[in-house]
Amino acid sequence: MAVNRNFRTCPSTGLVYHEPAEKLIRWNAVAGVVSLLVGGILALLVTLTRWPAVKLLPPDWFYLVLTAHGLDMLVFWIIFFEIAVLYFAASTLLKCRLATPKVAWVAFWLMIVGALMNNVAVFKGDSSVMFTSYVPMGAHPLFYLGLILFAVGALVACFVFFGTLVVGKAEKTYNGSIPLVTFGAVTAAIIAVFTIAAGAIILIPTFLWSVGLVSHIDSLMYRTVWWAFGHSSQQINVAAHVSVWYAIAAIVFGAKPMSEKVSRGAFVLYILFLQLASAHHLLADPGLTSNWKIFNTSYAMYLAVLASMVHGLTVPGAIEVAQREKGFNKGLFEWLRKAPWGNPSFSGMFMSLVGFGFLGGISGVMMGTEQLNLIIHNTIYVPGHFHATVVVGTTLAFMALTYFLIPTLFRRELMFPGMAKWQTYVYGLGMMGFSVFMMGAGTLGVPRRHWDMAFSGAALPHEFPGTAYLMMGLMAVSGILAVVGGAMYLLITVGSVFLGKKIQTPDFKRVPVREGMAPPPVPVAAVPAGHGKIGMGGFVAPGTFVLAMVFLTSFILYYFVNWKYLSTVWPLK
Amino acid sequence: MSQVPTPNGPADDADPDDEPIPMMQSLIDNPFLLLFLGVAMPTVLYIVWGVMEIVGIPLAK
Repeated sequence: MAVNRNFRTCPSTGLVYHEPAEKLIRWNAVAGVVSLLVGGILALLVTLTRWPAVKLLPPDWFYLVLTAHGLDMLVFWIIFFEIAVLYFAASTLLKCRLATPKVAWVAFWLMIVGALMNNVAVFKGDSSVMFTSYVPMGAHPLFYLGLILFAVGALVACFVFFGTLVVGKAEKTYNGSIPLVTFGAVTAAIIAVFTIAAGAIILIPTFLWSVGLVSHIDSLMYRTVWWAFGHSSQQINVAAHVSVWYAIAAIVFGAKPMSEKVSRGAFVLYILFLQLASAHHLLADPGLTSNWKIFNTSYAMYLAVLASMVHGLTVPGAIEVAQREKGFNKGLFEWLRKAPWGNPSFSGMFMSLVGFGFLGGISGVMMGTEQLNLIIHNTIYVPGHFHATVVVGTTLAFMALTYFLIPTLFRRELMFPGMAKWQTYVYGLGMMGFSVFMMGAGTLGVPRRHWDMAFSGAALPHEFPGTAYLMMGLMAVSGILAVVGGAMYLLITVGSVFLGKKIQTPDFKRVPVREGMAPPPVPVAAVPAGHGKIGMGGFVAPGTFVLAMVFLTSFILYYFVNWKYLSTVWPLK
Repeated sequence: MSQVPTPNGPADDADPDDEPIPMMQSLIDNPFLLLFLGVAMPTVLYIVWGVMEIVGIPLAK
């Protein structure tokens, strides 16, 4: 059987695209953006319903829309785009052909059928079981079958990615270790394999239960295993968007990691410990011991948190070093002031990094502490946290990457470039406000998921302070701003991909294996003496060091303020 | 660290390709070993340990 060895080289970026890989990256990215469009419309409906002054939808529609929003955003948008990132990181960055493109297409269509099936089940109205679908609350069998098909497709795609690594090594398209961005993608793929396997372990018996072949599913067993799927799926995002941060730092600034060893070590910590945090959803559940809860929610004694802090330090540190070497060496922050803030790839990436660390990271560690979790468990604080990690962190990073991919991958000029400069700010600041106000309302006890925070007509109504209503109102206004930012992104990307001016580039041509081999490594001429005369006070990246100290101070203060808060709501004598 | 070979004679050091790869690097360069570790660790520490605790809960009488 003839192997497709058609490659093209992008003249502006030098990136090498394999013909089948390019098509698969495009189709997966487009499927992701379509899911984002559906999920985004549903997000507006959810926001306008949870706004106490508006309450747009009736309860049954609210729970339907919230279920579809959760699945379209947390599963379908993110994983379709992640598969595109995996193929890009393997085939394009290693300059090698994609392994088994036909199998990759089977995986893609399995994912499409699964996503459609799941959406149909939800929109029919008999599967409003939320993203978590806790048993004994039952959904239509198509709901589970759709998720299983999607998961199988994604798992197959992960193994196409691993196969591509084998192809690259066998055909010697690279020397030595794989690039750091590809290593980050390996991390994401490994977490994905565990996540999807856990999903299969619990969703297959649940599907059999929904069709009457299994009589009973234990609810605590379901919750424990399901969260290995539900939460770990968001850890795939973390590894993927950290890889995107490194990629954008290299693309925009030519930045090299401050220490490859340290960055790779941090990814290894992710591989070993990141998935364990799934346990923080079970901190209030009886039946599981504190030993299990504390070990797992601390990501094995905070080693994966350490890894995130390493990435959060080394990415801006690498940018700072690159900027200082270009001459922006004055004071602590000239490198940051003179950064290309009008480039949406950079502004989106930097806001993703700051928002993920300050909002998502700090709140995640706080709520992963067994005692502190009592303050906010099942309140709207929880979606506030994960909108900071998944939306500000992952979605914004993926949006930033899109602006780089449109000209090089889709070979189209960006439409509305002026709007693109503002899009990341409108979306990023909107989502940051949305997350902060959700967390504020959650701290005051406002429940998550509930259609009516006032519990109108309930036998035991609860009177929330006026501040809680203010927080919910501000959350909704911020949410609408974010929806406007999301609409801008969709207008720019869909417009550019389908109507943008074509960029004429050399087309695909057959490349023999010998010509695709990487050149032999060039011996290092001398030991690098350092970064020359950049930095100050003995630091090559003093600005990043100051930012890291600000982060640590915020982290410690917020953590202990919550212990103080706990002491007021849970008095011990 | 290797040096640039002189054009008219053998290099002072061995060819960079002949340098032994550090053990940690060879471990990290093996994606399938990492895949095994990345699946085994949470399977044991989260799923197996958690399921064992749930199975060990005494039934109500």
